[in-house]
Amino acid sequence: MELFINQVLAGVATGAIYACMALAVVMIYQAIDHLNFAQGEMAMFSTFIAWQLMQWGVPYWWAFLLTLVFSFAGGIAIERALFKPLAKAPVLTNVAGFIALFAIVNSVAGLTWDFTIKQFPTPFGSSPFLGSQLISTHQAGMIGVTVGLLILLYLFFQFTRIGLAMRAAASLPESARLVGINTSWMIALGWGMASAIGAIAGILIAPVVFLEPNMMGGVLIYGFAAAVLGGLTSPLGAVVGGFLVGVFENLAGTYIPGVGNELKLPIALALIITVLVLKPAGLFGRPIVKRV
Amino acid sequence: MSAVDEVASDAPAVEAVPKKAMTLGLGASLVMLALLIIGPMFVKNFIVFQLTMLLIYALAVLALNILTGGSGQFSLGQSAFYAVGAYTSAILMEHFGVNYALTLPVAGIICFGFGFLFGQPALRLSGIYLALATFALAVAMPQLLKLGVFEHWTGGVQGLVVTKPDAPFGLPISQDRWLYYFTLTVAIGIYIASVNLLKSRSGRAFMAIRDNEIAASAMGVDVALYKTLAFGVSAGITGVAGGLGAIAVQFVAPDGYTITLAISLFLGMVVGGVGWLPGSIVGSAFIIFVPNIAEGISKGLSGAVFGVLLFLVIFLVPHGARQVAMVAQHMLGKLRKG
Repeated sequence: MELFINQVLAGVATGAIYACMALAVVMIYQAIDHLNFAQGEMAMFSTFIAWQLMQWGVPYWWAFLLTLVFSFAGGIAIERALFKPLAKAPVLTNVAGFIALFAIVNSVAGLTWDFTIKQFPTPFGSSPFLGSQLISTHQAGMIGVTVGLLILLYLFFQFTRIGLAMRAAASLPESARLVGINTSWMIALGWGMASAIGAIAGILIAPVVFLEPNMMGGVLIYGFAAAVLGGLTSPLGAVVGGFLVGVFENLAGTYIPGVGNELKLPIALALIITVLVLKPAGLFGRPIVKRV
Repeated sequence: MSAVDEVASDAPAVEAVPKKAMTLGLGASLVMLALLIIGPMFVKNFIVFQLTMLLIYALAVLALNILTGGSGQFSLGQSAFYAVGAYTSAILMEHFGVNYALTLPVAGIICFGFGFLFGQPALRLSGIYLALATFALAVAMPQLLKLGVFEHWTGGVQGLVVTKPDAPFGLPISQDRWLYYFTLTVAIGIYIASVNLLKSRSGRAFMAIRDNEIAASAMGVDVALYKTLAFGVSAGITGVAGGLGAIAVQFVAPDGYTITLAISLFLGMVVGGVGWLPGSIVGSAFIIFVPNIAEGISKGLSGAVFGVLLFLVIFLVPHGARQVAMVAQHMLGKLRKG
């Protein structure tokens, strides 16, 4: 029982990473209706910016804030320059665009900051949290920030005019345009916000997985999986999905014999597919109604 | 959020390509064929090897094209089928001493079955969700191949070495050249079969499902059967390509068949034009040669150069090589009239 609780706690801690990433994934999916494969790389790049600022002697929270502003602007710039022209292109062409963006960001970061791993500081400290060895204050802080972010997003989308406009632009672009919403800029705004959330995720994750250009590879896969598991239309689902994937991955690694680190990922993915087969829109997703 | 009911009445994810636009005219096909036959006679062995790989990847891209361009289903798991085909061929040749040419149909049939079975659970998924399911398959495959249980057959992490076949009947051509012509023959056979498949009743059923699944089922198309069938056919062709790949590279190892391969094949399909079968060879050329070109331009930034080139292509021709071919055809038509 002791082992079980510990493993669940450890799972929640890694789950917080996935939840953060999944939240960013869902944000951009809401805004543009695509999964952004370059999301992880954009987050990684933002994290490097934060690291660079700190190397130059900027205090942690200032660096954090500046990075958020930079990521937000960067997200909008990428949308305006690269993906707005592709808005009318086929979906699969857009996906190819994401892959191209992935390659570019990864390669540029690798050349600028090289591939050696770097330590990244944490504002929460890394002592054991509430006497538990498995969950540190940093991880607890990470969970706190994720939940806080989720609440903020909920408030933003439910109770502000611009949040309402973004929802309208995402769900019915044509009607939204008719009532005077600038849908094109709503998409750009969605990119900016997703990029900024990605930056937060990156900054929170970096102290755990260490900073290097490929740090997001594994995390992004889990982030996608979590987002899909929770239902791509639901930010709450993304966060819950993230924690579920984290916990399940840990339990499978502990209790199923023969499952080492190697097979953790395939097993987690197999579980997700099983869930999807039973609930095709994810746990919290709303099935899309089709008009024939 | 998203309290509004989402009503998706927009266009399907994969654009509807009319049947006629999916293939190449007779004249153009013959010119292409002549180039493919004569070209390799004048180049070095290494280039012949690259051309063989070009054909093999073209087959794999073609297979994805049948699945996505034909039936509208999306797959990131093609590398898994490719791996199964490659391992089937390698194991048959090395453990059972089967002739290399005979391993290909076996690889194709095994992969067909595998794809058909995988298509069953995938039936309930579409779009992004299907992409994730196939993606999971691609991620799991290298790990499964490394499992200790199969190590006796697969060689585990080490992989298997495959012997390169000699030209038969004492033909005076090098192994590479023989393999090229052998691959070319297989590829042409599969290409013709695919074109005919898409023109047949089954092909029309695929396209009906792609364009509107509900309308297709209302017309009496067995949606479940044809969707899984498309998966099976696609996997089968990918399996044959994998088998050929194993023979050409003379080596199979789990790390050769990662998700990167599946992503490459996907890019090949987009660059070649989704739903345009002849484009597969253009897409295949892109994924084989452009990374090398990128490496040549800048070693440190090869990824960035590749990304920029890819962006250039999709900016200039969002519909891939098909668009180029259409424009060319249009201009030719004008010339003839004028």
